[in-house]
This record gives sequence, structure tokens and C-alpha cells, in this order.
Amino acid sequence: MIEKIIETRNLCKSYGSFVAVDNLNFEVYPGDVYGFLGPNGAGKSTTIRMLLTLIRPNSGEIMMFGKPLSKNRSFILSRTGSIVEKPDFYKYLTAENNVRLFAKLSGYQVTEKRIAEIFELVGLKGREKDKAKAYSHGMKQRLGLAQALIHDPDLIILDEPTTGLDPQGIIDIRNLITHLSSDLKKTILLSSHILSEIEIIASRMVIIHNGKSIVEGKVTELLDTSDLVVSFQVSDMEPALREIAASDWQKFLSEKKDGKLVFHLSQKQVALLNSFLCEKGIAVTAIESKKKLEDYFLQLISKN
Amino acid sequence: MLAIIQTELVKIASRPRSYIGFAAITIIVSIIHLAMAEDGISYLGFITQSFEQSFFMEGKILNGNLVCFIILQTLIIQVPLLVALVTGDLVSGEAASGTIRFLTTRPVSRTQVLLSKFAAGGIYTLLLLLWLGILALAGGLLIFGNGDLVVLKSDELVILQQDEVLWRFMAALGAAFVALLLIASFSMLLSCYSDNSIGPIISTMAVIILFTIIGTMDIPLFDKIKPFLFTTHMVVWKSFFDNPVPTTQIWQSMIIMVLHIAGFTCLALFHFNRKDILS
Repeated sequence: MIEKIIETRNLCKSYGSFVAVDNLNFEVYPGDVYGFLGPNGAGKSTTIRMLLTLIRPNSGEIMMFGKPLSKNRSFILSRTGSIVEKPDFYKYLTAENNVRLFAKLSGYQVTEKRIAEIFELVGLKGREKDKAKAYSHGMKQRLGLAQALIHDPDLIILDEPTTGLDPQGIIDIRNLITHLSSDLKKTILLSSHILSEIEIIASRMVIIHNGKSIVEGKVTELLDTSDLVVSFQVSDMEPALREIAASDWQKFLSEKKDGKLVFHLSQKQVALLNSFLCEKGIAVTAIESKKKLEDYFLQLISKN
Repeated sequence: MLAIIQTELVKIASRPRSYIGFAAITIIVSIIHLAMAEDGISYLGFITQSFEQSFFMEGKILNGNLVCFIILQTLIIQVPLLVALVTGDLVSGEAASGTIRFLTTRPVSRTQVLLSKFAAGGIYTLLLLLWLGILALAGGLLIFGNGDLVVLKSDELVILQQDEVLWRFMAALGAAFVALLLIASFSMLLSCYSDNSIGPIISTMAVIILFTIIGTMDIPLFDKIKPFLFTTHMVVWKSFFDNPVPTTQIWQSMIIMVLHIAGFTCLALFHFNRKDILS
């Protein structure tokens, strides 16, 4: 049996009458890049803070590396690296000394070689001796990654690691996450608002809303089984619209743009609609069938 | 644990704020030395004029020991404020800057984190006090020379032979250290309840000032509560300059201060261990 890296069982956290996390269950397996999605206030950060023992759950259990977190905090945190929201540092210390300090607190004997290695990995080579206060936001994000990785953890928890980064910075972080997962075989829990990011790099994901898990599973499977967003490009828009309006297909039509009719359909319905239009003498010049995570996400959130 | 204390000391040593206390003490002690060297005789004449009508005083009254005693009396009120400036920020400063998230997600317990901070704060306090003692006594002896210490009190005059002054200064500094540790533990307790740096520092200062005012006013109502104020016991260091030394009273005050330190530290640990870190 594969040892789960993270497993939450009926996790709950409330602040007064506000329920931030409500019976949350999810599982992260070794090697996963696990996307942790949800709108603002869904309970993502609260959950991550519970995983890192920053806050205490009201009830439920967290198992990490096969052991209960409450009784094995030290062992689990020694194998975990993290960034929680924006990374903050001791401004009066150099970047290198900040990283050394956190390595020491992790019980890791840091060497010059390791420091050089980690600064190169996060793209801060040559800036080790700069004071943290001289770092830009993007550099702080990279330094945040450096402190999360310095003690060579097996699990890396990243809460919005690309917030405030420029496009190049986002790509760099994305590549780094891919490298950590594919080459270094790290397990990564990635919370992000940028859905395209999750879509590209996550292997599995959970979407939470109002503190509850709405859906969990492999990213590819989740996107395949849901409704497709399909656009039909037709030769003549007016008759096509007339025919659609007079049929049951009208209820599947979501919008009309750039000479295209956009429908929410299942895989089977795509072929049926195509046949219908052909029968009515409307030439379909192109069909684009794509299911973006963003659409899927919005659809799920609006349902819930 | 030693590794965490070391990291805390590195942080204290790297912050400019930590040197304010040392700078302030250096400046004030130097000013007092300079003033006493310039005008010390007339200053002492003013103070001893009431005694001079009753008896004749002979010898070198203005000496290093007396100047050191005057400095300690003057500064011992301000030093707690300088200590609070650093210790009041040890936890809340981390919360305010956001570094507390990194600190408390490491494989060390929160108890270890807090006790390490307390130990580092204690070491800082000790260094500050030693700096004050060395500067006041060594500087005083160097400028004014050695001699018997004449301690002027409201209703008596204590004269201490110069060979028995040094141990009294050492013991007084030891008692003052316990008193300052009390301030450190109190400000750290407040620091655990706050997410900003200034609040605990100002609150500690406010409590010290309030308790000191209550302690110095001779009002019957205040007289009843004075024994319960920790500031009352913090001045026990002065008792080492009484003759004979009131050992029972000193032990009593020391025990009360140690109990305060233990109480404040336990409360801080209780709160810090249960605290949800939301900053």
C-alpha cells in the first residue's frame, strides 16, 4: 500500500460562528503535484496553516507521512518545506544568513556547497550577500523557495508562490516546480489562484469552496468527465441561430461570439449537434472542443 | 535548544535597535561622569549640608564608588525601559514582520522557541547590565579614584569601607539582573498577545511607570497595595548598601521576583502554545 504523504480526515476549523474548514477530506500521494484550488475565503490558507501547525483544527485528523501530525510534529515538519502566503524575512540579515538560520532551525547542517546549490536553483546566484531588505518582491518569493528547500524536504507546501511575480518569474517558478517534481521526486502541494498554472503543472487537485471539498482527483480525468465547452464555427450565422432557437439545442447554447456558437455539451452531444446542423443545411467549418480548468472551476463554484 | 538560542542571539545582535540601550547607557554614564568631575564637589556639598551642621566629614567623599552608586540609582529606573525595548519585541516583532510563520513551521516546539527567546533576552539583559556596571564602576574608579562609600538616605547616613564595597556592587547587580529578568518575562508575555512591535513595549513601560508612581506616593490606600507590585521588589538591590544587610527582606523580594518570572513565563508559554498564528 502506498504511504499517503498527506491525508486529512473530517478536518474542521471555525472562528466563532464562521466555519472556515468544514469536514475536509483529501489525500496527497508521493510524487504528486497537488493543486489546491478555491475562491478567496474558501479555506485554502486555513487548511495549509493547519497542515503546518500554525493553527489548530477544532476537530478531525491530519496524517502526514503516515503518522498523525498532532503526535509527530517535529518529525513531519523536518520533512516539510513551505511558503505560507507572502514570504517574510529578517530584513537586517543577508539572504544567505536568513536561509542558514532557517536551516539551523530545521536541524540541518548547511554547507557552503548546499547554499550555493540552492541559490542557483532559485535563480538568486550572486545575490546571497545582499540584505533581505534590498530584495524585490519577486526575489523574496525566490528566497522563500530557497528557505523551503534548504533542508531537502520530501514535501513542499507552496501557498500562492507566484503572487506578484512578473510573467518571466511565473514561468521560472513553474519550471522549478516541475523540476522539483520530475527530477527530484518531491511531493508538492500547490495552492494558487492562477488556474492555468494548476492546469499545466498539477497532476491531482482538490477544489474547495466554503471550507468543503467539491471535487478531488486527477486533473486530466476531472477535466475529461465534465461538460465540454464547444464552439461551432458556421458558414452562415443567421439560419444557424434560427434553427438552434427552434430546437432543444437552444438550452445548451451559452454564447455567440466572433462568428462562433459556443455550447456546453457532453462528448456524445458534440457529434449529435454536428449532425443536426448538417441536416439543416448549415455548413460547420470548424469545431473547437476544449475544457479549460477555469471554466470547470467556475461551473463547479456556481453550482455550489 | 542551544542552536535556537544561538539564532535568537544572532537576530538580537543584527538589529540596530539592540544597540540603543548600550548607546544610551554610554552617553548618560559619560555625562554624569563629566558633570561630577566638573561640579561634583558643590553637588555633594548641597546634599550633605544638612549633615554638616551636626558633624564634620573628613576624607574623599567624591570617589568612584559614590559616583557609581549615584549612576545606578539614576539609571536603574530607565534600564528596564531599555530592556523592554528589545524583549517586548521578541515575539510580536516576528508576528508583525511575518517571520513567525517560518519560525513556527520548523521542527522545534513552540515551547523551545519561546524559552530560547527568553534565554536570549536574558543574555542581552545581562550584557546591558554588565555594561552599565563596568562603565559606571570602572569609569568612576578611573576618574575619581577609590574610597569609602557614603550612602545618603532620608533618615540615616551609611558609611561603607572601600574594601567591602565591591561585593555589594556585585550582589546589587545580581539582584538588579533578577529584577530586569522580571521585566523581560513581563514584556515577553505581553509580546505573545500582540501582533505589533510597539504595543508590548509601550504597555510594559506604562505598567512600570504606573507601578513606580504608586510605589513612591505615600498615600494610605497605595501603602496597602505596594507589597503586591513587582516594582516594589525590583529596588531590593539598594538593600545591599544598608548596614547590616537585611538578608531576610532581600530573600523575600528575590523569591517574589522569581515567582513573578515563573508565572509570567508559564502564562506566556500557555498562550503561545495555543495561539493560532494568523499573521
